[in-house]
Amino acid sequence: MSEVNQDITPEVVQEAEVKAQPKILYGEIVENGLWKQNPGLVQLLGLCPTLAMTISLVNGFSLGVMTAIVMAASNASVAPIRQWVPSEIRIPVFILIVAALVTMIDLSMHAYLQGLHSVLGIFIPLIVTNCIVLARVEAFAAKNPVVPSALDGFMMGFGLALVLATLGGIREIVGKGTLFSGIDLVFGPSAKSMILTVIPDYHGFLLAILPPGAFIGLAALIATRNWMSQRKAARDGALPVSTPLAAL
Amino acid sequence: MNRSPYLSSAPSVSVIMVKVMLALVPAIAAYVWVFGAGILAVLALASITALLCEALMLKLRDRPIKPFLMDGSALLTAWLLALSLPPLAPWWLVVVGTFFSIVIAKQLYGGLGYNPFNPAMVGYAVLLISFPMIMTHWPAPLELAEAKLSFANQLQYIFGTSDSFSLDAVSMATPLDYLKTQLTLHHTVQQVSLAPQFGMLGAKGGELVVAAYLLGGLYLLQQRLITWHLPMAFLSVLALMAGAFYLLDPAHFAHPLFHLFTGASIFGAFFIITDPVSGPTTPKGKLVFAAGIALLTYLIRVYGGYPDGVAFSVLLMNMCVPLIDAWTQPRVFGHVK
Repeated sequence: MSEVNQDITPEVVQEAEVKAQPKILYGEIVENGLWKQNPGLVQLLGLCPTLAMTISLVNGFSLGVMTAIVMAASNASVAPIRQWVPSEIRIPVFILIVAALVTMIDLSMHAYLQGLHSVLGIFIPLIVTNCIVLARVEAFAAKNPVVPSALDGFMMGFGLALVLATLGGIREIVGKGTLFSGIDLVFGPSAKSMILTVIPDYHGFLLAILPPGAFIGLAALIATRNWMSQRKAARDGALPVSTPLAAL
Repeated sequence: MNRSPYLSSAPSVSVIMVKVMLALVPAIAAYVWVFGAGILAVLALASITALLCEALMLKLRDRPIKPFLMDGSALLTAWLLALSLPPLAPWWLVVVGTFFSIVIAKQLYGGLGYNPFNPAMVGYAVLLISFPMIMTHWPAPLELAEAKLSFANQLQYIFGTSDSFSLDAVSMATPLDYLKTQLTLHHTVQQVSLAPQFGMLGAKGGELVVAAYLLGGLYLLQQRLITWHLPMAFLSVLALMAGAFYLLDPAHFAHPLFHLFTGASIFGAFFIITDPVSGPTTPKGKLVFAAGIALLTYLIRVYGGYPDGVAFSVLLMNMCVPLIDAWTQPRVFGHVK
């Protein structure tokens, strides 16, 4: 009797649940990551790099891509071992895996992209503590097979990277009047010619570069996204049409 | 604003705003006398920008435009901001500051009556941290300026149509700024205050403007548009702080009267911290609020990175207003605590 009871462990139950789930739709995973459940604009997870590292488009996008790689790798590593991780100690186990992956990214960047590494500095090791990474491991990879988990991690990370790039681009244009500054740190000194001067003879608007610029810019992006999805809902007849600020 | 026993009706918002603007007229006249008529162009530009921003935001928010536009609150914010700027400010500076005051600090928080931060000071703080060079370069009073600027010259500078002169040629450090930099070079206050921009008590020329603000402030008190609590607590705590430091070391800390008559002390005491929307409502709370602003202002002036600290202090204390109000609720008559 006791042997039979031992067989029905939580892992087995979980396995059964996984098998009972409906077929995974890859298109939905992509749409969730990039728009519906976008980490930067909807879930508002991982705000630390979103606010701190978006001084320029290159900074924001680079850190976003690094986060996406870490997320894809960590989701892909957690998914195959999900049955064997006891649920009581799953967080330390997940964090250890993420930390190992981030260390690999950190050391490789130090080796091959030294300039960018010194600009992004502490924020690369801090990807470990980025809650979006653990959130996707916990919410998706711990319950789904390897391939969809890896795709989910990458798409969530890429959605965040797009937000970081947009916010970084806006702050860079408003703050310094340039675009793609620092791209030489990624592609070598010859890429310096790619830096665009959007507004010539610009005084610079320091507020956009300083922390308040990150908060105001992110708020504007979230408001724009909400407005766009509201308008779509209104077109589908789900919501009454409203002007952008009528809710205030 | 209405008080018991409600024998007469409370003045409407627009009447209050007009009276406050009337109280600012002596100071504007003093500005024209001391710095030239360029300030009038800055005021006009800020007013137009404020009305346009207000109308645009009201339209976006589906609110009636005319009654809110006519209440004069946007206009008053624009005037307070314009009077905080250097009297010779490029047009885009005025427009950006007014935009932040009206759109971000006022309308996005819900419009008149809902803004937790003083709109004029938000606009000023945004400009000060974004363009510190321009914001701390005040033109020298006309009597001290090497090159006398005509009104036409000033307009050319404000609207950027000619580069006939650079700001450096006509500007000089304000006394607060000058004192701060010179003290770091191991000069004593007494040596520093021999510089030409120092007047009898505060800044040469600036003193006249400060006196005009004082006059306008007393008019507001007489009209009962503000109570004594805020200006009194602010000025006395500022004087006490400055007095204590002055007594300890007169060589390195300026006289309390200097602190009262330079920078934005008087202007802030009567026109900025008395904003009824972003300030506390209880009498005791007003004392705490004003004392906090005075304390922070003195600390920023003496130890901070900026020459004056009224704007930052007001914004910091604005954040404490809900707490102050909650702590200082008066006991309701007949209730036991």
